[in-house]
Amino acid sequence: MADIVLDGVSRVFGHGDKRFVALDKVSYTVADNEFVAVVGPSGCGKTTCMRMAAGLEFPTSGTCKVGGKIVDRPGPDRAVVFQQFALFPWKTVQQNIDFGLRSLNVPRSEAGDRIAASIKLMGLEGYEAAYPHQLSGGMQQRVAIARAYVLNPQVLLMDEPFGALDAQTRTVMQEELLRVGRINPRTVMFITHAVEEAVYLADRVIVMTRRPGRIKETIDVKPVRLAEKWDNYERIEDVMDLESFVHLRTRIWRLLREQHDPADH
Amino acid sequence: MGPALPTRQLVLLSAVGLAIFFGIWTGAAWLELAPRRFLPMPWDVIDRAFKLTETRFSGQTLQGHLVISVERYLRGFILAVLVGVPLGLLMGWYRWLDYIVTPVFDALRFVAPIAWVPFAALWFGTGIGGPTMIIFAGAFPPCLINAYRGARYVETRYIEAAQTLGASGLRVVREVLLPASLPSIIAGLRISAGAGWQSLIGAELIAANAGVGLMMVRGQAALDTSIVMVGMIAVGLIGLLIDVALRGAETWIKAKQGH
Ligand SMILES: Nc1ncnc2c1ncn2[C@@H]1O[C@H](COP(=O)(O)OP(=O)(O)O)[C@@H](O)[C@H]1O
Ligand SMILES: [Mg+2]
Repeated sequence: MADIVLDGVSRVFGHGDKRFVALDKVSYTVADNEFVAVVGPSGCGKTTCMRMAAGLEFPTSGTCKVGGKIVDRPGPDRAVVFQQFALFPWKTVQQNIDFGLRSLNVPRSEAGDRIAASIKLMGLEGYEAAYPHQLSGGMQQRVAIARAYVLNPQVLLMDEPFGALDAQTRTVMQEELLRVGRINPRTVMFITHAVEEAVYLADRVIVMTRRPGRIKETIDVKPVRLAEKWDNYERIEDVMDLESFVHLRTRIWRLLREQHDPADH
Repeated sequence: MGPALPTRQLVLLSAVGLAIFFGIWTGAAWLELAPRRFLPMPWDVIDRAFKLTETRFSGQTLQGHLVISVERYLRGFILAVLVGVPLGLLMGWYRWLDYIVTPVFDALRFVAPIAWVPFAALWFGTGIGGPTMIIFAGAFPPCLINAYRGARYVETRYIEAAQTLGASGLRVVREVLLPASLPSIIAGLRISAGAGWQSLIGAELIAANAGVGLMMVRGQAALDTSIVMVGMIAVGLIGLLIDVALRGAETWIKAKQGH
């Protein structure tokens, strides 16, 4: 069992005048092997939620549990893909991907095979010996994803992981993520601001609001996907054309528009 | 600073600087601003340097003294790096170690290395041990301080990435703090190398049984200024060589990390 349970989680940053509530009694669950996408305007606390599951941030009140245990530290059972990659600039692509495997004491020969497989999956062949600064933003992001995938973790925490990719690569990665998820399902918390991506990938989409960060609504995608047989379509654009898809997407769009603060523009 | 100049102009300007320096020196000696014995001509000093490579003075030839000084220096400097850098990095990660070491270190680092000479001579002798301790006293603080500061300013995202990938504390120190602080550490080594070399010569002027410093004091005692000058030039050139080597290392590391 590896579910993520946020129970009445609040997070307050700063003191006195600067005190502000980033998360206000947020509760949600990502069930075992469920794929949940979190969308919301920037600054609504998506990253903060994910950092709590990762053990990098802690609630001011409430609890965050993964697999029934209160999260008290980071660990390789919960692989993280960071928004700004956080690749080690002094390590090659190969060494970056290897970093977590060495913590897990994976035998060297097996590690070699697993690294090779994840490099192939991410289309990074030929770049094994390159340093991050020699790669484009999109390529760096793929390395960051490979570094998480290679651990084969029960829980995958991804913070806008496809943000820096060009449209084509992004599509390939989305299809790939779905395919890998079908073969080897796991618990995924996936943060994005791309509504279509959320609907395409997730079993459920959580829509958050800002100031303070709260959950506005949860949309169940999985029943629709199953009923309308989205899985019969190989390509993302075919799914996006379906009426059921458009309907869900528009509903989420509306939820996000409603809270759009005109003062922002 | 203004715009960078082409290499050819830089070389030319450096040559002009040296020419002015030797010009003033020669002029002052020629005008006998000080007695010729105390302010010899540049070529007299060069001539003296060649003679010192052939005949012994105070037990050693010039190169003999230099080898002894450099050997002591390397011992003290390497010891300072091997202790200072790891200790600084560990202090940057383990708070308790920081609290144990910092008060002692802060008090001791204001004691000039030369002030240790009497103790160094009594505890470790004037052969290898004493001078090594003086170099260590000069070279250790910059090693420790720069490693510590480097470790404290490492971007948190790298540390967090390592932790989510399951790295232990020691692995974070070795594989994240150390490489991320390398530019700061190398800058520290440059300061440290200079401080160590200066401390050594200072120590040898006061208490040593051989070395360039000793050669210089004996030269002075014999009222032979050209020997002192040969020593000064040799000391300066070796210091320059050390700095050039470390600057090369700095450039290489920065290029490798893509700065
Ligand atoms: N360590 C921190 N200190 C102060 N404020 C923070 C900190 N981390 C996040 N915040 C603030 O909390 C709010 C939510 O941030 P975040 O979770 O990154 O939002 P999102 O990922 O949804 O864009 C933002 O207003 C952000 O500025
Ligand atoms: Mg964010």
